Amino acid sequence: MDTLTLSRLQFGVTTVYHFFFVPLTIGLSFLVAILETMYVKTGDERYKQMTKFWGKLFLINFSMGVVTGIVQEFQFGMNWSGYSRFVGDIFGAPLAIEALVAFFIESTFLGVWIFGWDKLSKKLHCVSIWLAAAATSISAFWILLANSFMQNPVGYTLNNGRAEMTDFGALLTNGHLWWQFPHVLTSGLTTAGFFIVGISAFNIVRGNNKGFFEKSFRFGAVAALIGAVLVIFAGHEQTRSLSEEQPMKIAAAEALWETEAPASFSFIANIDQENRTNKGALSVPGGLSFLLYYNFEGEVKGINDLQAQMEAEHGPGDYIPPVAVIFYTFRIMVAAGGLMLILGIAAVIITRKKAALSAYKKLMLIFSWSLFLPYIANASGWIMAEMGRYPWVVYGLQTMEDGVSTVTNPVYLTISLVGFILVYTVLAIVTVILMKRYAIRNPETDKEIVAEGKGASLWT
Amino acid sequence: MDLNTLWFILIIVLFSGFFVLEGFDYGVGTLLPFVAKNDTERRVVLNTIGPHWDANEVWLLTAGGAIFAAFPNWYATLFSGFYLALFLILLALIVRGVAIDFRSKKEDPSWRKTWDILFCVGSLLPALLFGVAVSNLMTGVPIDANMEYAGTFFTLLTPFTLLGGVTFLLVLTFHGMLFLGLKNGVASIEERIKALSPKLGIVMLVVTVLWVVYAAFTTNLITNGIIPIITVALAAVLLIAAVILQVKGSTGKAFISSSLAIVMVTITAFASMFPNVMISTTSADYSLTIYNASSSPYTLKIMTIVALTAVPVVLVYLAWSYWIFRKRVTEKDLHY
Repeated sequence: MDTLTLSRLQFGVTTVYHFFFVPLTIGLSFLVAILETMYVKTGDERYKQMTKFWGKLFLINFSMGVVTGIVQEFQFGMNWSGYSRFVGDIFGAPLAIEALVAFFIESTFLGVWIFGWDKLSKKLHCVSIWLAAAATSISAFWILLANSFMQNPVGYTLNNGRAEMTDFGALLTNGHLWWQFPHVLTSGLTTAGFFIVGISAFNIVRGNNKGFFEKSFRFGAVAALIGAVLVIFAGHEQTRSLSEEQPMKIAAAEALWETEAPASFSFIANIDQENRTNKGALSVPGGLSFLLYYNFEGEVKGINDLQAQMEAEHGPGDYIPPVAVIFYTFRIMVAAGGLMLILGIAAVIITRKKAALSAYKKLMLIFSWSLFLPYIANASGWIMAEMGRYPWVVYGLQTMEDGVSTVTNPVYLTISLVGFILVYTVLAIVTVILMKRYAIRNPETDKEIVAEGKGASLWT
Repeated sequence: MDLNTLWFILIIVLFSGFFVLEGFDYGVGTLLPFVAKNDTERRVVLNTIGPHWDANEVWLLTAGGAIFAAFPNWYATLFSGFYLALFLILLALIVRGVAIDFRSKKEDPSWRKTWDILFCVGSLLPALLFGVAVSNLMTGVPIDANMEYAGTFFTLLTPFTLLGGVTFLLVLTFHGMLFLGLKNGVASIEERIKALSPKLGIVMLVVTVLWVVYAAFTTNLITNGIIPIITVALAAVLLIAAVILQVKGSTGKAFISSSLAIVMVTITAFASMFPNVMISTTSADYSLTIYNASSSPYTLKIMTIVALTAVPVVLVYLAWSYWIFRKRVTEKDLHY
């Protein structure tokens, strides 16, 4: 494999992996902070148990997010030095600011929170987790500001062969950022909501600590539903604004080869990238125009016209992303989102009924599995967002060929790629084992529950 | 003073913070198998750095981010050029970060032993490799006309740079031992530290002196103005003082002394390069400087405002967090 392929593969693998941990960190830190606040306000020991139980799972996840995050910061320079030289004037700033104003707060106050249960007053201890939670969102803001520049460059001028910042305010008000940021935050809330719902349902099925897990389920269900509603709204609006910022990404996401007015929406399509057409599709006429513009007339530019337009602007070349990948990751994300909305509603409805939650055995089994839905949506959403920018690293300004480090020996790249995959695989196994262990701990005694072995083994 | 110079100084500040704070974490990790002989002792040792190690590592992330923001060409050349070395550092940092958090999550002795070994190796390796990296910055590396690194991984491994690696490892281990001496409240650990102090201290001093003498011949240490000469002399005095104070039993003063010595070493390394940030051994014309590697004046201005506002606030709550955990860690503090 050549340098570019190896570097893309490594960045893709490490980034998707890193992002398995990030949304849960964002969402669960916030939910644990709410639980501790309830404990401080009511003095109810059950809330303290909930804080500790969900807090422990949060911390396992957080460790993984931290260690895989360092890789991210280093990789820009290691594998993408052309990119780093080209946009460092703009891109470096948010990374440095993220470390200064978010990582220090996050790490310091989590350290205080973990070790400070008997060293701080109840209130100050609770403030620590709020500060850490706020810092995770601040961190998301700055890194997404950087990513938004790659998706939709603003506030720059081309000078000395590189992009130079001319307007910091424009970076802060980048239209792409202001849908992407809420999209990521609400996906975090959704992930955390279904995490609590899933693990609670799993324990309810097994008959473990009924009171504790029913209460947790109720709490998680509300978060999951609010998250699902908001994430769908934010995602939908982001797609609408993308149709202006990156029409090619939207055309690829819809496998729309020719410009149409009104444009139809396809549920599935048999995509033939080589001949730039679909060999068949199941479509709703005018559907896409309605989704993007709320009318049945609007024109949506097709891939072929956009390709011609790009060639006119940037010279000959292939400007078409892998359409099938973009088309299907988009659909997987949307389908998972829709399913989460339905499950979120169902979860809230059954918590309003009189019957004990353990009475809904089948539903609880489904909820146990729902834990994975946000992860599927998060990963496919990012694959669509990043691969949909093909062939650009910075949209319209720099291609991947120009961004990749050329000095690095492909042998070194192979070593690092294989190394990361091995270490990450082992750590994934260890993390799942630990998560499972702590997910079925008795929250009242903080001891392991001896498995009763009555079927219902989802995990082992 | 222009903003380029200010940012060069800020990066020295960030690396000083990193080597002093994360430095004792590495030292404590390296010493883990030598000063703690059973599970309780090992947990005590780890808990001395428990609340702090993650924040200490953020100094590295901030320093890396600052190089990227203020000197993108430096960041690009350094990180792509030192690829394999950085990959090893990353692996080590991943493993040690996970190890300290995961080791107590299961009672199983072999589980704990595995993570403790990994924590030790994951602490030792970065200390060593950062020494190698800094030594390479001081001697310079092959860089071509396009600012690209023109060597291999093995170009980075010379007798001088390897000696630099060992020097960093020893200095940080000694420094970590002093921190542990201040923070642990277990008699058996105390005794082992006492026994180790003079031996480790002397070895560290001898190796460090060798490295400095070697540096006088192979780097710009004594030919680049008066600052590196002053700071290297101060570093030597402070390190000797740290060993003497520790052997006499004033661990607190010894720790302050070793902290200042590490700051002086950091200043020495960077000041010997100034105004270069990466010296090219191919041709002096190809060296990266604080001017040809830098960001635009506008970006430097924005970053200066952010840094001068945020850094003092960070220092205040960091100091607070050390104040909260000022008590020694004993067998009774194992709730984590």
